[in-house]
This record gives sequence, C-alpha cells and structure tokens, in this order.
Amino acid sequence: MAKRVISFKLNGVDRDELVLDNMTMVDFLRKQMHLTGTKRGCEEGECGACTILLDGKAVTSCTMLAVEADGHEIVTIEGVRKDGVLHPIQKEFIDKWALQCGFCTPGMIMSAISLLNENPNPTEHEIRDGIAGNLCRCTGYVKIVEAIASAAKIMAKEVAK
Amino acid sequence: MSLPAFDYVKAGSLQEASQLAKEKAGKAVIMAGGTDVILLLKDRVIAADTVIDIKGIEGLNEIAYKEGEGFRIGALVTLFELQSSEVIKEKLPALADAAHYVASAQIRRKGTMVGNICNASPSADTAPILLAMNAVVKVVNGEEKKDIPIGEFFKGVKKTALQPGDIVTGVFIPELKKNEGSAYFKHAVRKAMDLAIVGVGAWVKMDGGKVADCRITMGGVGITPLRAYNAEKILIGNAITEELLEQAGVAASQECKPISDVRASAEYRTDMIRVYTKRAVKKAVETLA
Ligand code: FES
Ligand code: FES
Repeated sequence: MAKRVISFKLNGVDRDELVLDNMTMVDFLRKQMHLTGTKRGCEEGECGACTILLDGKAVTSCTMLAVEADGHEIVTIEGVRKDGVLHPIQKEFIDKWALQCGFCTPGMIMSAISLLNENPNPTEHEIRDGIAGNLCRCTGYVKIVEAIASAAKIMAKEVAK
Repeated sequence: MSLPAFDYVKAGSLQEASQLAKEKAGKAVIMAGGTDVILLLKDRVIAADTVIDIKGIEGLNEIAYKEGEGFRIGALVTLFELQSSEVIKEKLPALADAAHYVASAQIRRKGTMVGNICNASPSADTAPILLAMNAVVKVVNGEEKKDIPIGEFFKGVKKTALQPGDIVTGVFIPELKKNEGSAYFKHAVRKAMDLAIVGVGAWVKMDGGKVADCRITMGGVGITPLRAYNAEKILIGNAITEELLEQAGVAASQECKPISDVRASAEYRTDMIRVYTKRAVKKAVETLA
C-alpha cells in the first residue's frame, strides 16, 4: 500500500513521518505517534472526541487523512500546556468541575480553544454553538459552558495586561 | 471503521486532477474538505482506488462578489468561511444561515459548500438555497469548461450530473436585486450535527406589494432537492396574506415526496413542509434587498 513522508509541525515540533495513504489522522496520532489524548469515539465526525487543531482551527481528526497534514500544523491536547503551565481553558475545566469521566474533555478543550481564537468574547449561545459538535454523556454541559465563559474572561484580562 | 486501501494523489492543477479522474473513470474520488468523502470510503458507500485531493490547486478558495452580478464561491471555500463571510452575511444571509446549519463547527471548518452539493445527500443544507437562488455549478473537464444549472445538477441520492473527469471549480450565485429576498429554514431534532427532517428555501421578487416571481425549494423530502412549483404558482401575482401562505404551504406539502425514517415519518415531514414553506416565504419577503 502506498506510503509517503509528510513534513508537518506537531505540537510545536517540526517532524517528518512516513504515513500510509489510507490512515486517518486520529489513528496516526494514537497508533503511530502514541498521542492518546486525542480520543476515538464514533469515527464518523459526530462526537467530537477526536477534535484537534489544524492550523489553529478545531477539526475532527477521524474525518481527516494523516497525509493531509503535510505542510500544516497540528496541535493535540498534549500540546496545549505551555512550559508546564496549564492553558486557562484547561485550568477552568478543572476549577469549574467541567469534566467527569473525561473522555470528551480533550475534544471539548480543542473546540473551546478554536472558538475563543475566532471569537474571544462569545455569548452563551455562541459557546453552545461552538461545542455543538462535541458530545458529553456525563456533565450535562452546564459546567463546560461555564468553564469556557470563565476562561474567556481570564484570557481577555491577560490580553489587556 | 478503517479505510479501504487507496492511493492518495495531491493534484497540482485542475488539468492534472481532471485527467487522472478521467483515466480512472469510476475508480477515483475527488476530495476537498474530505469530511464526507472519508466517511463514504469508510462505510464502503463509494469504492475508489484513488483519492484525488484538490486542496493544493490554486484559485479555488475565494468568495468573490461582483456588484450587479453575484457571487462566485470557490470549490475550496469552507462552510465556516461562508457562514462568517461579511459580504455573504450582508448580501445573501440565507446562504450564511444554510452553511451554519451543516453538521458541527469542526466539520464546517474543513468541509466545503461544493462538497456539500457534490455529495448529493437529499438533505444537504446548502442545496435548497442554491436551487432557490438559481445557482450555476462551474465545471472543468480537461480543457473544456461547462456550466451546469443547479436545477439539472442533482440526479438522485448521491448522484449528480457530473461525468468522469469533471471537477467542480465553484458555484456562481446571482445576487439579490432590488425587491428580491431569500431565506432558508431547516427543521431537525437537534440544532446541530443532525440531518434535516425538512429544509425549505425561498426566493421572492416583489412588485408593489405583490409577488412578481418566486422559487420555493425543499430538501429532505425526495431523492433530490425539489421545487414546489404549484406553491410558487399560488403566490405569483398575489399579495402575501396568511391565507395565501397557508394555501402555498399546503400545495408544497402535496408536492413533496418524503419517506419515513428514524428521524421522522413521511406524514410529519409533509406537514413540516407546509409550516416551513410559510416561514421561509415570510422571511424572504421580510428581508427584501
Ligand atoms: S471520533 Fe471523530 S468525531 Fe467521533
Ligand atoms: S465527562 Fe464524560 S463524556 Fe464528558
């Protein structure tokens, strides 16, 4: 089966990797890169557990081929913490109890990062719209929405400083 | 589910993509955002030994607006770009609404409008509004260029008028002229990540309080998006009243050909066509350019 070398940035590091043409991004991340923070749920683009950032934008990695990353930048949940410091969204998820089993959490956080990049001051409706492609079977979403709203405020203050 | 074996080709030009697709007739699939194609390959709905990625081809990622003419939406414009485009939100908000209705933000950031119509799902959200707006699908095949009116594009479930080697480069949508308005409404169980139970698009042209012309289109209630011709006839030449809208809604519901499935029964869909036809026409009139 056809393989090729792709050059891309993964969590801030330039990489060249040999990938199979028919490998999805989520399988590549988990099986080949051993980055298991990105979860595999439905594998049909429905649940959002596999959400990653492609050039800063949240996409589902089960509806993406690994070869498509060639020349692009990928960030997974493992690349969100900077220099040992949690991202404000990660911190707010913990402080606001926005997770229970945690299976949806990496995908939720990637969607939230993308949302706040695009729209730093979202309304509750816009937050719900931004995470509508991420299913959570535990929390009921209320705490997740609160955590994202609170992180948005904290991030806005950091920008203002 | 894992993907079947295939070779991935990143095309550098339209000609290259078109020629390869023609050589591989029936065995190659064109991929832009990939959000539909990858699922269809996984589910073995399409069998292809070659996946031709057109994302590397230049000149396909623009939303171009020409005053007095309309919009040209390139094949690589994502649904998210469309939903957030200032010019689309201002001049053709019904299209921004339709794009926003598709799946989830993660899918819309990668998936394209052209992919949405090429996939030819009967419930594709952008199809009814494009049909209502009389859009034209721009196609290249080798050196040849052709235009396919959107009304001739959809041929059945997952079937389009495209021939081997045809690459859709974009869609042209005429702009709304003075006294014209349009709208798209989707009815689904969930607000996001759900296929439409029904979707209704409307385009109206008013003349002194009366409907001079209109097009009403329905998604999710036939093997292709449909026009509600009888409902249109009822509206044309008349002033909009509640009674007239009801008559048009009833006519549209008699023209649709829905099936029952897990989302809704045929009877429910039929009645929702009545309701949403009224809403779409009303909104189109309210948003006259
Ligand atoms: S695993 Fe990708 S969306 Fe569910
Ligand atoms: S915390 Fe369990 S699925 Fe969201």
